[in-house]
Amino acid sequence: MWRALRDEVHHLGVELITVGLDSLGASGCRAAIEAAAPTHPALIDTHHEVARLFGVVNIPQSIWIDEQGMIVRGVTSAPPPPVADPSTPGGPPPDLPARMMDILGEAAHIESDPATYHAALKNWITHGADSPYALSASEVINRSGPQSTERALGHAHFELACEAVVRDQKAIAVKHFQAAHRLVPNSWTYRRQAWSLETVAAAGPFERFWQGPHPDRPEQWPYAGDWLTDIRAEGPANYYQPWED
Amino acid sequence: MIVHGQTVEKHAFEAATGWAIKPEGACKAETCIPLPFATDTEHLPAVALANAMNLPLVEEPRMNVLAIGPDSLGGRAISSAKAPDLCLPDLDGTLHRLSDFLGQKMIVYAWAPY
Repeated sequence: MWRALRDEVHHLGVELITVGLDSLGASGCRAAIEAAAPTHPALIDTHHEVARLFGVVNIPQSIWIDEQGMIVRGVTSAPPPPVADPSTPGGPPPDLPARMMDILGEAAHIESDPATYHAALKNWITHGADSPYALSASEVINRSGPQSTERALGHAHFELACEAVVRDQKAIAVKHFQAAHRLVPNSWTYRRQAWSLETVAAAGPFERFWQGPHPDRPEQWPYAGDWLTDIRAEGPANYYQPWED
Repeated sequence: MIVHGQTVEKHAFEAATGWAIKPEGACKAETCIPLPFATDTEHLPAVALANAMNLPLVEEPRMNVLAIGPDSLGGRAISSAKAPDLCLPDLDGTLHRLSDFLGQKMIVYAWAPY
């Protein structure tokens, strides 16, 4: 989907740079990247540097940068391009575990507005600095989300957790993930990264999307939250930040 | 940023944080923070650097690694609209920098396989 958009706008002087956030690195991202056969740079961010540098807290999110290297629209929810002719969805596969059915049920209530996002994106691509959607430097900073000494400390813990994953030091990783979750509580990517590494065999092909306790051994789950509990607490309609003109 | 051992390479620190190490100290936009050690060397003492700049530091002695967090000046996630020069590998390990694409508009798109 994004490759098609990139190929459509590249001749207008636009490059798409995708950043896969996964402490498993290339092995975690490879299947999706190869399936997408990108013509653009498809980068791998093992330590979630875009969280520390730009304030990414969920995926998919985008940052627009102009020809001079200035951010003109910081971290923004970036839904995939609208599909012109949607094929009939096939529905969930049969015999899905109950938790996966519940996850799909909540996910169906996540709200996003691809049409508005992509209209604004095309306006900026066409009009550049004259686009009403290209923000001033001060507005970019103002809208970039909160920062504090606690959150900054949380970013350091998260990077250490990812480094521990790289080194196959599971217990150390969990400890620093827990600290990052406490200190940067609004980051879905910090939580989902950690949860996705707690694999539950019962999930089968959905292993990395299970993101919660084993049904028979819930006491072994090391984190305060899990995807289903947290999405229900925060409300699926609040999962993505709405577009802001 | 992750630091292996006790010293941080100057150019790696500059690229990872957006702070420039100059004779007068660590500088970003109009702010310069004096540093209590010589800066005319490629290897800077990580703990002294983080302490002088009031950057969060977490040590993990079991891996001989430490992590330096971002500054929180201004209380916003980014303190400058100038894009940091993010440098990351692709599947083949080839490094790409955002500065490679200056002169074009860039859409940086974050996704995850989970």
